[in-house]
Amino acid sequence: MKHTLAVEVENTPGVLARVAGLFSRRGFNIDSLAVGRTDNPAVSRMTIVVEGDDRYLEQLNKQLHKLVDVIKISDITRDAYVDRELVLIKVSADAARRAEIMQLVDIFRARIVDVGPKTLTIEVTGNDGKITAFEESLRPFGIKELVRTGKIAMLRGFKAGSKNINNKEEEES
Amino acid sequence: MGAVKLSGAEILLKSIEAEEVDTIFGYPGGMALPIYDALYDSGIRHILGRHEQGVAHAADGYARATGKPGVCLATSGPGATNLVTGIANAFMDSVPMVAITGQVTRSSLGRDSFQEADITGITMPIVKHSYLVKNPDELAQIVKEAFYIATTGRPGPVLIDVPSDISLSRIEYRQPGEISLPGYKPAPDVEPKQIEEAAGAIACSKRPLIYAGGGVVISGAHNELLKLAEMLAAPVTCTLMGLGGFPGTHPLFLGMLGMHGTKFANFAVCECDLLIAVGARFDNRVTGKLETFAPKAKVIHIDIDPAEIGKNIRVDIPIVGDVKKVLGQLLAVLKPNLEDAWRQKIQAWKKEYPLKYCDSGNIKPQYVIQEIYNLTEGNARITTEVGQHQMWTAQYYTFNKPRSFITSGGLGTMGFGLPAAIGVQVGCPDEVVFDIAGDGSIQMNIQELCTAVNYELPINVAILNNGYLGLVRQWQEMFYNRRYSHSELINPDFVKLAEAYGAVGIRVTKKEEVVPALKRAIKSKKPVMIDFIVDREDNVLPIVPPGESLDKMLG
Ligand SMILES: Cc1ncc(C[n+]2csc(CCOP(=O)(O)OP(=O)(O)O)c2C)c(N)n1
Ligand SMILES: [Mg+2]
Repeated sequence: MKHTLAVEVENTPGVLARVAGLFSRRGFNIDSLAVGRTDNPAVSRMTIVVEGDDRYLEQLNKQLHKLVDVIKISDITRDAYVDRELVLIKVSADAARRAEIMQLVDIFRARIVDVGPKTLTIEVTGNDGKITAFEESLRPFGIKELVRTGKIAMLRGFKAGSKNINNKEEEES
Repeated sequence: MGAVKLSGAEILLKSIEAEEVDTIFGYPGGMALPIYDALYDSGIRHILGRHEQGVAHAADGYARATGKPGVCLATSGPGATNLVTGIANAFMDSVPMVAITGQVTRSSLGRDSFQEADITGITMPIVKHSYLVKNPDELAQIVKEAFYIATTGRPGPVLIDVPSDISLSRIEYRQPGEISLPGYKPAPDVEPKQIEEAAGAIACSKRPLIYAGGGVVISGAHNELLKLAEMLAAPVTCTLMGLGGFPGTHPLFLGMLGMHGTKFANFAVCECDLLIAVGARFDNRVTGKLETFAPKAKVIHIDIDPAEIGKNIRVDIPIVGDVKKVLGQLLAVLKPNLEDAWRQKIQAWKKEYPLKYCDSGNIKPQYVIQEIYNLTEGNARITTEVGQHQMWTAQYYTFNKPRSFITSGGLGTMGFGLPAAIGVQVGCPDEVVFDIAGDGSIQMNIQELCTAVNYELPINVAILNNGYLGLVRQWQEMFYNRRYSHSELINPDFVKLAEAYGAVGIRVTKKEEVVPALKRAIKSKKPVMIDFIVDREDNVLPIVPPGESLDKMLG
C-alpha cells in the first residue's frame, strides 16, 4: 500500500541529505519526495510517498523520528487530505495534430505554457490518477520530456471528511 | 564596559569546560591548530594519542568506564577520516561521545582544498547528530546541544566540524541559551498501561527469563535488575554488552546467550514462556534464526529507543522508556512469583552443561582469563580486542559490576581494546586495567602502547597469542573445510616491541608461569605487555552456527 507522509523538519543544511540517506541506508524506497519551506522559514515540510506494509511504515516512522532535525511526522494516508502534483509535459505537436491536443488540454483543465514550432509544453496539476490519465492520453502524440514535482499534500480543514469528499474535490480540480 | 572578545577556539574550549569535561583525547594538525593553540593555555587535560583511531577509542573507553561523555579532537581530512571507525564503534554501542574536527576555512569548503574531507557527510549514518559550524556566534550553543544530544536518551556520538577561520575569528562571547530542539524527545514518558500489562504477564508466567543488554549498564539499572530477578526468582542472561549489569556469581545468572552463549542460557530462551528483554536489541548474534527465537514466549521489551521495538522480532508488550525508570515502576507493582519447577530445571541444565574446556599440556587461553579474574578478585576493568579471546573473556571472566567489561560489541572492532584501556585508565586512575588481546588485533593499534608509556598509564595487555586470526581460523575449520586461507600470522617479537616502546615485556610459555607473570605485571604499576603463548587451535564453544536456531549448539 502507498503511504503519504507529511514530515516537518528543521530547515537546516543537510536535513535533506539526512532524510534521504536514512531511506537508502535502511532499504526504504521513496516513491516521491517534495520539499519546500513552510510559512515559518525555520521549518520545511516534506511530502514523502512510500510503499510498504504497516510494519515497514512503523519502522520507517521510528527511524525518521530519531533524526534530531525531524520535528513531526504524520501518516495522512487514511485521513482526508488534499494532494496535488504539478507536471510539465513537452509533447510533439505538428500543425495537423495541435487541435486534438488542445482539446485534451481543455478536458483535463491543463494549460499550455509554451508553444514551439514542433512542440507544445503543457502544465497540469492534480492528483496521481488525473496526471496518469493525462500522460496516457498524450503518449500517442509523442512525449519529448516530462517532469513532475512530486506530490504535496495537506490535511483538510475539518476531520469529518470522508473519502467521498476527497474524491469529489479531486474531480473538480 | 565592552564585552570580552574571545577566539572561536577559546569559546569552543570554554563551552566544553562548561560541560564539566576535564580530559580530552586528540591529535593535532593544520586546521585544528587554532584549537591546539587555545589548549596550550587551557585547564583541560589533553591526552595525545598516536593515531586518531586510537584517540577515538580512548574517548570511547573513557566514556564507557566513567559514564561521562568522551571527547576526541582531530584535524581535518585524514585526521577526521581516521576517527571514522571510532565514531562508528561508539554509535553501534550507544556510547556518549563528542568528536570535534578541524575543517578547512569556510571559503575553501567544497573546493577539494588541501586536507578537506566532507566529514559531516561521511559520518552521517554513524552519528546521532552532527554540526558543521558556519558562524562563530553559534559555537557555544552547538557545543551545549551536542553534549545534550550525546548524553541523553539513547546515547551516541555527535560530531562538530569547525572550520579553522571560525576557530580564529574573535567575537564577543555570549552564554548559550536554553536548548530548543523541537524534534528531539530523548526520554519518553512511560505509559502506565504498559507497566500494568507487563505486571499482568509476569504474574501469569511460569517460566520467566530476563534477557539483559547494554541498556542496563548505560542507564545504571543494575540494582533494579537484581531486585527484579530476585523478586521473581527469574534467571537472567546477558548479552555481550550487558555483562556486568548483573552479578556473574549470582545463582540466578546464566551467563551470555546467543552464538557463544552457554547452553543453559540458550535452552532457557527456547523454553521460557515469558522473555523480559531489558535494554537489549535482539541482535542477530543473539537471536540466531529469528523464526525460532524464544518460540514459546510472550515478549516484553523495555527500551528507551522506540525504533528498537519490533525491529527484529514481534513484541507483545512494548515499554518505551529509560530502563532504570521502567524497572522502578514495574518493581512498585509486582508481587513475588517464585516458580520452583522452572528454577530447578535451570539448575539441572547448569549442572549438566557447564562451560568447559579440556586441559592440554599448553597454556589454555581460558585459564589465563580465569587467573586474571582470581588475581584481581574480579575488580579489574577489562577491555578486549575482537576474536576468540574476546568471547573467552565474556565466558570465563566473571563480571560482577557494571562498566567493568568494555568491549566492542556492535561493530566488533579489532584494535579497540588497547586504546580503550588507555581511556579507561585515564578515567579510573586507581584501578587495575587489563586489555585481553589477540595477537592479530593487538597489532591494529599497537602504537598506542606509546601513549600509555607517555602518560605513565599502568595498563596491562595480556596477549593470548595463538599465531592465528583465531576466530577466522575457527570458522574456516568449522564451515570452510579447514581451508585456512590467510588466517595464520607471522608475528613480531612482542616482548622486544613492548620494550622498544618503553613498556615492560614478558613472555609466558608454561602454565606455571602464568600466575607469577600476572602478579608481576599488576605489581609493576607500569604499562606491561605479556605474550602468552597459548594452545594454537582451540575453539570457542559452544557455538550456534550462523543463521541456526539457538538449540542447534555445537560443542
Ligand atoms: C578491523 C577488523 N578487521 C577484521 C575483522 C574480522 N575478524 C574478526 S575476529 C578476527 C581475528 C582476530 O584475531 P586475533 O586478534 O588474533 O584474536 P583470536 O581470535 O586469535 O583470539 C578477524 C580478522 C574485525 N573484526 N575487525
Ligand atoms: Mg590470535
